[in-house]
Amino acid sequence: MTLLSRPHAVQFNLESVRDDFPILKRRISSSKPLVYLDNAATSQKPKAVLDAVTQYYECHNANVHRGVHILSEEATDLYEGARQKVQNFLNAPSSKEVIFVRGTTEAMNLLAQSYARPLLQAGDEVLISHMEHHSNIVPWQMVCEQTGASLKVIPLDEYGALNQEAFTGLLSKRTKIFACIHVSNALGTVNPIKDMIQQAKSVGAVTIIDGAQAAPHYPIDVQDLGCDFYAISGHKMFAPTGIGALFGRHELLDAMAPYQGGGEMIKYVSFDRTLYNDLPHKFEAGTPNISGAIGLGAAIDYMAQLDWVAVTEHEQDLLEYGQQQLSELNSLRIIGQAPKKASVISFWMEDAHPHDVGTILSHAGICVRTGHHCAQPVMQHFDVPATVRASFAFYNTRDEVDALVEGLRHVRKVLVG
Amino acid sequence: MDVNDLQDLYQQVILDHSRTPRNFRVIDDATSTVEGFNPLCGDQIRVFLSMTNDKVDDISFQGKGCAICTASSSMMTQQVKGKDREQVHQLFDRFHHAVASDNDTVDPETLGKLAVFIGVRKYPMRVKCASLPWHTLKAALEQSNQVVTTE
Repeated sequence: MTLLSRPHAVQFNLESVRDDFPILKRRISSSKPLVYLDNAATSQKPKAVLDAVTQYYECHNANVHRGVHILSEEATDLYEGARQKVQNFLNAPSSKEVIFVRGTTEAMNLLAQSYARPLLQAGDEVLISHMEHHSNIVPWQMVCEQTGASLKVIPLDEYGALNQEAFTGLLSKRTKIFACIHVSNALGTVNPIKDMIQQAKSVGAVTIIDGAQAAPHYPIDVQDLGCDFYAISGHKMFAPTGIGALFGRHELLDAMAPYQGGGEMIKYVSFDRTLYNDLPHKFEAGTPNISGAIGLGAAIDYMAQLDWVAVTEHEQDLLEYGQQQLSELNSLRIIGQAPKKASVISFWMEDAHPHDVGTILSHAGICVRTGHHCAQPVMQHFDVPATVRASFAFYNTRDEVDALVEGLRHVRKVLVG
Repeated sequence: MDVNDLQDLYQQVILDHSRTPRNFRVIDDATSTVEGFNPLCGDQIRVFLSMTNDKVDDISFQGKGCAICTASSSMMTQQVKGKDREQVHQLFDRFHHAVASDNDTVDPETLGKLAVFIGVRKYPMRVKCASLPWHTLKAALEQSNQVVTTE
């Protein structure tokens, strides 16, 4: 397969980038090259990340912040070094404002329980959007039930963008929390999040952004965005599963009660009283995911050496080329055509249920996501039970788009005849 | 996974039933009706059952599902019509064993036309698509009015 068989607008060394990801050499059914188009579910990992994790276990494995022995010191340095890398990645003012979590889901649950629950009262409102991942819906529903606050939802328009007029109309002094996705996993929509944060702050709301799908595609700057909290998931951005990070403004984190109790998060424990540890350790009870954090740091280093202007151009090229090629197929409807999109294409084929599409594509070595993408309200909005979703990372190619289109032609042949 | 597996899964008879499902209608005076839902893929069906003297007098279904779920619903309605409660339960057990079990002891003879679904067992993620209508029918037989889910 020649990777750049078609004219390409940007100079981007795709072959060398693909070489960095061992799994991309895999073949399915011994003959077909893997075409991995499920990056919004989880991304593949470059060798640099795999090596960092192996190196940690082979040479430095120990618990952190515990022992005085050499391995514990090395492990602690690596773990805290990873925190600084996340700090730089997000442009957070301090590494104390970076909490390691399992992922965005845990970050949202932490905020709902530790920040929102003591704050909310009946009459208060939590404002989310219609395009949220379930992880940014259910924790807020739970806390609303616990406190008597109500959940308000910014509606979607027919293209899969948030209705900005309705958003402005929904903001009021009752809005205590604005929790919103930066980039939609189900539709690819990129929200005008900086403007939305400003508006939400102007009514006094605390702003919480789910950046799980934004971090693999765009540089993130929490100071420029002006948000109070921003959450990311490592495995969506080329790092291992089970690790993520939550940025929170120091004064807010400092005033919050811990999320979980245990080791690491304390300074002093007796049966009469316990003194909690300082930030960020107050929110990291128990032995943390040390190797995951080191892997996340390595993924950030890997991303930092890429030319992000070229990456963005390449991903946008895949998006535009993919949408154009797919729209030439009969009876295929692209779900979500907002003016600004990340490289995610959700679609629905007449007479071909997404699950059948997914199974048949898999036989051709093509991995796509099929289902509701943990965003059932989005499916309800577009009146489809599920969609097929092709989501691209910077290591994907136009040839892989062609393979998908060819695969979909085959799907029609199998199912419709 | 090879090409033959795919042909085993999408056999002509399955495709035929998914394109033109049989008994795809509402029974207005059904003795029980139950909704089945597969939250993972969004398969959603409703089974209408009309029992007379403990026998399936009439059965139909409605809903949206993948080819496997639709074909399984369609063929199920044909296979259980006229059977008594006990016979339906036996068929449920045989079908469930055929699609969900790991061993090779299934005798296709005992399944009759439903043997076309044996290919599903090679696709663990798709077993629920084939078995959803059967679980829904079972709930309808037990006159449970709850929504059945495969999760």
